[in-house]
Amino acid sequence: MLVLAGLALLLVSVGVAITLGPADILLVNVRDIVTNHLGFTDIAVKVSKNAIVWEERLPRAFVAAACGAGLGLCGVIMQSLLRNPLADPFILGISSGASTGAVVIGVLGLGGAAIGLSGGAFIGALIAFGLVLLLARLSGGGTDRVVLAGVASTQLFSAVTSLIIFAFADSDETRGVMFWLLGSLEGMRWDDVALCAIVVVVGSIVCLRYAHALDAFAFGDDVAASLGIHVTRTRAVLLVATALITATLVSVAGAVGFVGLVLPHAARLLVGPRHARLVPATAIIGAIFMVWVDAGSRVAFSPTPLPVGVGTALVGVPVFIALLARRRRRT
Amino acid sequence: MTLHAEQVTWSRNGVLVVDGATLHPEPGQTVGLLGPNGSGKSSLLRVLHGLVRPTSGFVTLDGVDLASVGRRHVARSVASVTQHADTEVDITVRDIVRLGRIPHRTALGGGTSADEDAVDSALAHVGLLDQAGRLWHTLSGGERQRAQIARALAQEPRELLLDEPTNHLDVRHQLELLELVCALPVTTVIAIHDLNLAAMYCDVVVVLQEGRVVAAGAPSDVLTADLISEVYGVVASITRDARRGHPVITFSRRE
Repeated sequence: MLVLAGLALLLVSVGVAITLGPADILLVNVRDIVTNHLGFTDIAVKVSKNAIVWEERLPRAFVAAACGAGLGLCGVIMQSLLRNPLADPFILGISSGASTGAVVIGVLGLGGAAIGLSGGAFIGALIAFGLVLLLARLSGGGTDRVVLAGVASTQLFSAVTSLIIFAFADSDETRGVMFWLLGSLEGMRWDDVALCAIVVVVGSIVCLRYAHALDAFAFGDDVAASLGIHVTRTRAVLLVATALITATLVSVAGAVGFVGLVLPHAARLLVGPRHARLVPATAIIGAIFMVWVDAGSRVAFSPTPLPVGVGTALVGVPVFIALLARRRRRT
Repeated sequence: MTLHAEQVTWSRNGVLVVDGATLHPEPGQTVGLLGPNGSGKSSLLRVLHGLVRPTSGFVTLDGVDLASVGRRHVARSVASVTQHADTEVDITVRDIVRLGRIPHRTALGGGTSADEDAVDSALAHVGLLDQAGRLWHTLSGGERQRAQIARALAQEPRELLLDEPTNHLDVRHQLELLELVCALPVTTVIAIHDLNLAAMYCDVVVVLQEGRVVAAGAPSDVLTADLISEVYGVVASITRDARRGHPVITFSRRE
C-alpha cells in the first residue's frame, strides 16, 4: 500500500517538476504529451512544448528519479554491510574515482571514443570501490576503517583529477569536466533513462531478495552467520551490485553527493530499520527527493543551470549535521 | 543426538588455538567451558557453531558433519550469543529478537503469527516483554545481554552457545541469567570465567588450557584445588555448599 502511494507521489512529483521553469508548460500539457507519445491520444500540442517536455525535461526527471533511488539503495546496502551509518558511495570515494576515470578519458584521451566519458567513469568507480575495500581490509577491517579508507581514496582521486585538469586540460574541457565533478543532469536522453532504470530496478530486486540478510548484519558478521546467512557470498553479491549501480549512475549523472548518505537515514526515521520496508522506502523517497532537487537546481538560477550535485549537497549537508547532532544527543 | 566436537583443532595464522578438543554434551545439559584468558574457549564455541572450519577433526550436528549441513539448517538448531555484540542501528528490542526468526523465513516472506509468538515467548523468557519497544542504545548492559539471549531463543534452537554471558552483569543479573539458561529445555554450552557460577549451574564443566581439554566432568569432580592451581596458577580452597553440595571456591591472597 505504502509503496503504491509512494509511487503515485513520485509520478505526481515528476509531472509537477516538469512544469517548472521557462516555457510556460501546464500539468495538462504534460499529460497530453505523455499520452500522445504512449499512443493513447492524439491531442494537438505546440511542437516546442512537446520537444521541451518529451526530449528534455521528462527524461531528465526520470534519470533524476533513478539516481535518487539507486544512490539511496547503495547507501542502504553499504550502511548495513559495512556497519557504518556514514557509508555512502560519495563518502567512500567511489564518485571521485568515477570523476578521475572520466577525466583520464576526456582530457588525456586514453582509450578514446571506444570507452567514452561514461565508460571511463564506470571503470574509475569500480577501481575506486575495489581500492577502498582493499584499504579497509589491509587496515584491519573495522567499521571505522572503511570510512578512513574512503577519505584516503577520495583525497587521492581528487588530487589525481585536479592534477590532470591543471596539467593537460584547456578551458572547454575544464568546463565539461567540472560539470561532471559536481553532478549534472543536462542533456539526458531516453537511452540514459533506460540504462539507469534497468540498473535501479534490478538493484532494487536484488536488495529486496537480501532484505533479511541485510537485517542480520546489524550485529556483525558472526551474528549474521549464526542466523544462517552465507556472509561471504551475501557480502560479495551485494557489494558488487552496489559497485555496478554506483558506477552506472555516476557515469550518467556525475558525482552526486549526500543522496546515498542522507536518504537511508530519512527513510529509517519513517519506516524503521527493517530492510523489507527500508529498501523500497529509501528508493521511493530518494527518487522523489532527487526529482525536486533537480527541478530546483534547474530553475534556481535560470537560465544558468546549477549542477545538481551542488543542490544535493546544499540540502544534504544540513541534514547530515542534524543526524550527527542527533547521534550525539542520544549517547 | 546433539552438537558434538570430535578431536577438533583450529589454528589462526599458524598458531594453534584449539588443540584436539572433544565435547559430547548430553541433550538438555548445561556445559561450562572454563579456562584462563586465551585458552581457546571463544574459539571452540566458534568452531562448534561452524563460524570457522576446524583445521582438523570435525563437529557433528545429529551425527552429520557440520561442514555438509546448510547454514540455515544449522541456524534452526543452534543459536549463539557472542561477546561484544553491538550495533549502530536504531533498533528496538522486538526487532532484535525478530532477527532470530530469519532462519525460519523464506527470502521474501514476511513475519507469520508463529514468528510473532516465538518472539513474544522469547521476550517473556528473559523478562523484556514490557521493554520490547525500547531502542538498543538505551538498554543497560544486562538488558542488552538479555535482548541477545532472547534473539537466540527466538531461533527456537536445541543447542545454545553462550560466550561469557555474565560479563558486565551485576551479581543479581548473573544469577538470574544462569537460572534462566538452566531452566531452558535446550543443551547449553557456556564459556564462563567465574568458577563459582560454573560450579553452581553447570552439569558438566570442561577445562581448557592452551586449547587442550585438561579436565572434564561434574564440577565437584573437576574443580579441585590442585586443578585450579595447575591451570590458573592461583591458590584456592574448596568447600561444599551446605544446601546443594556443589563446590564453593575461595581464593587466597599471596603470602
